[in-house]
Amino acid sequence: MELILALSIGVLGGSGVWLLMRPRTFQLIIGLSLLSYAVNLFIFSMGRFPVGKPPVLESATAGDPAVYADPLPQALVLTAIVISFATTALFLVVMMAARGLTGSDHVDGKGRGS
Amino acid sequence: MPDALYLSAAIGLPYLGAFIAALLPSNARNLEAWLAGGVALLALFMVWFGYAEVAQGGVPRAEFPWASDLGLTFVLRMDGLASVFATMVAGIGFLVVLYARYYMSPEDPIPRFFAFLLAFMGSMMGLVLSGNLIQMVFFWELTSLFSFLLIGYWQHLAAARDGARMALTVTAAGGLALFAGVLLLGHIVGSYDIDQVLAAGDIIRDHPLYLPTLVLILLGALTKSAQFPFHFWLPQAMAAPTPVSAYLHSATLVKAGIFLMTRLWPVMAGTDAWFWILGTCGMLTLLIGAYVAIFQHDLKGLLAYSTISHLGLITLLLSLNSPLAMVAAIFHTMNHATFKASLFMATGIIDHETGTRDIRRLSGLNTSMPFTARLAMVAAAAMAGVPLLNGFISKEMFFTEALTAANAPTLLHSILPLVATVAGMFAVTYSLRFIHGAFFGPEATDLPKKPHEPPQWMRLPVEVLVFGCMIVGILPAATIGPFLDVAVRSVLGDATPAYSLAVWHGFNLPLAMSLVALAGGVALYVLLQRHLNAGVDGTPLLQGLDGRRIFDQTMVFLSWRLARTLERLLGTSGLQMQLRLMVCIAFLAAVLALWPYGLRPGDVAMTGVDPVVLLMWLVGAGCAIGAAYQAKYHRLAATILLGGAGLVTCLTFIWFSAPDLALTQLLVEVVTAVLLLLGLRWLPKRIENAGATTVPARLRRYRDLGIAVMSGLGLAALSYATMTRVSPEGISRHFLERAYTEGGGTNVVNVILVDFRGFDTLGEITVVGIVALTVFALLRRFRPSKESIGVPEQQHGNAQAWLRIPAVTMRLLFPVIGLVAVFLLLRGHDLPGGGFAAGLMMSIAILLQYMAGGTRWVEDHIRVHPLRWMGVGLLLAAGTGLGAVVAGRPFLTSYFAYADLGWLGKLPMASALLFDLGVFALVFGATVLILIAIAHQSVRSQRAAPPPPPSSLIPGGYD
Repeated sequence: MELILALSIGVLGGSGVWLLMRPRTFQLIIGLSLLSYAVNLFIFSMGRFPVGKPPVLESATAGDPAVYADPLPQALVLTAIVISFATTALFLVVMMAARGLTGSDHVDGKGRGS
Repeated sequence: MPDALYLSAAIGLPYLGAFIAALLPSNARNLEAWLAGGVALLALFMVWFGYAEVAQGGVPRAEFPWASDLGLTFVLRMDGLASVFATMVAGIGFLVVLYARYYMSPEDPIPRFFAFLLAFMGSMMGLVLSGNLIQMVFFWELTSLFSFLLIGYWQHLAAARDGARMALTVTAAGGLALFAGVLLLGHIVGSYDIDQVLAAGDIIRDHPLYLPTLVLILLGALTKSAQFPFHFWLPQAMAAPTPVSAYLHSATLVKAGIFLMTRLWPVMAGTDAWFWILGTCGMLTLLIGAYVAIFQHDLKGLLAYSTISHLGLITLLLSLNSPLAMVAAIFHTMNHATFKASLFMATGIIDHETGTRDIRRLSGLNTSMPFTARLAMVAAAAMAGVPLLNGFISKEMFFTEALTAANAPTLLHSILPLVATVAGMFAVTYSLRFIHGAFFGPEATDLPKKPHEPPQWMRLPVEVLVFGCMIVGILPAATIGPFLDVAVRSVLGDATPAYSLAVWHGFNLPLAMSLVALAGGVALYVLLQRHLNAGVDGTPLLQGLDGRRIFDQTMVFLSWRLARTLERLLGTSGLQMQLRLMVCIAFLAAVLALWPYGLRPGDVAMTGVDPVVLLMWLVGAGCAIGAAYQAKYHRLAATILLGGAGLVTCLTFIWFSAPDLALTQLLVEVVTAVLLLLGLRWLPKRIENAGATTVPARLRRYRDLGIAVMSGLGLAALSYATMTRVSPEGISRHFLERAYTEGGGTNVVNVILVDFRGFDTLGEITVVGIVALTVFALLRRFRPSKESIGVPEQQHGNAQAWLRIPAVTMRLLFPVIGLVAVFLLLRGHDLPGGGFAAGLMMSIAILLQYMAGGTRWVEDHIRVHPLRWMGVGLLLAAGTGLGAVVAGRPFLTSYFAYADLGWLGKLPMASALLFDLGVFALVFGATVLILIAIAHQSVRSQRAAPPPPPSSLIPGGYD
């Protein structure tokens, strides 16, 4: 199971990195999204894989780390998801504006035009 | 009067005065002068109060702790040396203010002048009265800064601007070196307090770091005091108004370096390194300065080089490691301040009344301004070291020391008497040139103004100073004696040698040297008459030694050529290459960090393979690779595939017990996909053509593929290695144990977000809000490219009809989704949900309406006011935090209880719920704002963007 997940992170990250180095703005956005999946999963994997462990306290008492899923990576990743959503939206708009201003969807605003 | 009061007043008053002066109207010349003069006098009184105690052997001291955790205290301290310097700063400052009142013309912006002058005075006071080394360096840099402003006061003159910049560059760079040196010194001693440093002389001198410390500190002192090879800034600084020169270059700025060396003399001097560095610099400066001064045609230039030479003399005296030489150094510092200030002022008078300072044009002023001529003659005679004037006595002491030092074995020591005599000769020559050139000879007729005596008050400061020169020269022991004694004792302590301040010591060798210098100087002047009268620019024999040119070349090299070269070598103009390099560097950094340890899998037993997960990730990996492959030509497909990868990620979160993450990820996926689809419309059409790609392009692609595969493998290996190790017991236990008992919620993740780390979340939603506003602002001036303006071909015809049935469903779902959002919000504290998820859910409800009815329909039927939602959300979240403050708890402390709602169940009523409500409102508002802003573009009447500027105008375009 660990191997599957590690390879998946690798595939997501590798695809993301490939797209990062492409010349078109849209490729860049997709690449950053893929990369953020990889990174989120990587952070998440720090908490091990508690298949079937309850994430929510069952009784109104203090929780025992041995029983419950690790909440810390989850909280971190939750934050990361929201922030990467915001940056994606921002990139999208920058992409739109840059396309209008430079007449090209190249990341440097030049090169072969539309 | 308590120490703290007058010590802080001595520094604070000038700054306060500077502040007030800056606020006065620009034509209030008299008021400004009264203010500045009053402040300088008051500061002088404060110093006198202190001196009364210093004279009895006390050291007034005041401490104001300000960062006691770091061991930093603002310490003011006045010992004998400080009191003498402070007296010069305030006293000559007062005279300069009086003089400047008459010198500055009504057109000059006078508030700026006096404000800078007073601020400089305050900084100088702070420098000499500091009882802490770091604090002293701080004031040191302030003096550099204010001298920069003063030298560049006439900002319309290029020479003033250049001179100011050069002075700042040299002295501030020296200041940085000094700072480093002082940090080392503090490290050696273990304290920055001057008293403790002064008590640690042996530790400092024997420390292995002594030499670097010494070099750094001396770099600061030598640049400030314009010692060779850093002397070139001082003549350039003559572009300042003359009162500034009189102040900066006689008693204050350039003496700061001398002050520093004197201050640290007891603990840093006494070594060979000290002698060789300072002795060489001082001797060269003394000779070169005096020699160059002879050939200056500008009166101020002559005085500038003479100042350099005299500073060299003092440095040389300090370098000799002899207490008697120290006495001479302090004494000459005082004497130089008086005669040099008066000479500068006299030069200013000549300039003011005749319109020129060029010796070649000036002549015979003795007849038109006899009184000024007498004053200048006496001061110049003091500079030359003529008997019965103060310069003579300190010069005699210098000669005596030079003779004593000559007994030491080294060459540098043995040539000292010769150097001293030659330098004395040069001094006589340039003093003679100053007097003879300006005041004697036939009366000049072609001067810009008809010369006459200045106003009496303008001459008064010169009279006071020249009187000082004479009285000290005639009766040294009775006048300056006690002050000098106090200053010397504060530096040398018990090692103070017996010295005699007298005009006549009998006929001895130093007197003979003086006489030789006098006669030689006169002879040299006579010999040089022809050369000087020819009016040639430049210094014979030293033509190549133009410090200014070297400085300019260095600056051009550093700030232009080197910068351009580095940019060409290291910079990239394309984003692709930058990202490529960043990925490679990140990869290398990881390799480097892992290199010593290797990367092996851990020893935790692997969990069994679940076929469902395997299948899921086969799909997920396929989606990711597919998205990467399709993103160029098939953007829609890539967006869908990206969504696929996102959904698999989402399922993984569910599988591994993270329902909150899965929920949020799912909602984010939906919103992102829709936003991306909205953006696609504005991108250029791109048709896949099977045309052959060029070989370099293909190679580039293979290289990128290699990088991508390597990074992917690296990531996989790294995650595998982490996953097969036991993760350390972090702070998770802390959160799990306290989530309910202290946070009042069973959904630990949510409790972390809204309670334990509520402050982070507040920051995060602020970021989200800022992003939404940025998007909004960027799109207000949105100009699409020309080809994207028309309605896309897919929307031609009756496109709306295709979605008729889904549209009805979506519209009906609106209240249901809203209810689910509220449900998610309310249960968030105990069960998966929370503000983020609820906000996104709610915005999806709106989003569906856009999809169902089209932008125009939604804009006609629904008013959301996203800005209000965001504002209320942020206020609510911050207000909840502040509520805790009002209740006397730290910011964002939460309070919780359960409200029994009968058959509806128990509702957790933690104050965190209010906070979560704020998160909800902000996330909802921000998402909807982004959505509206992007969607609105398609219904706006668009104006096309202007054609892009020619590439030569784009910064970093095709060059």
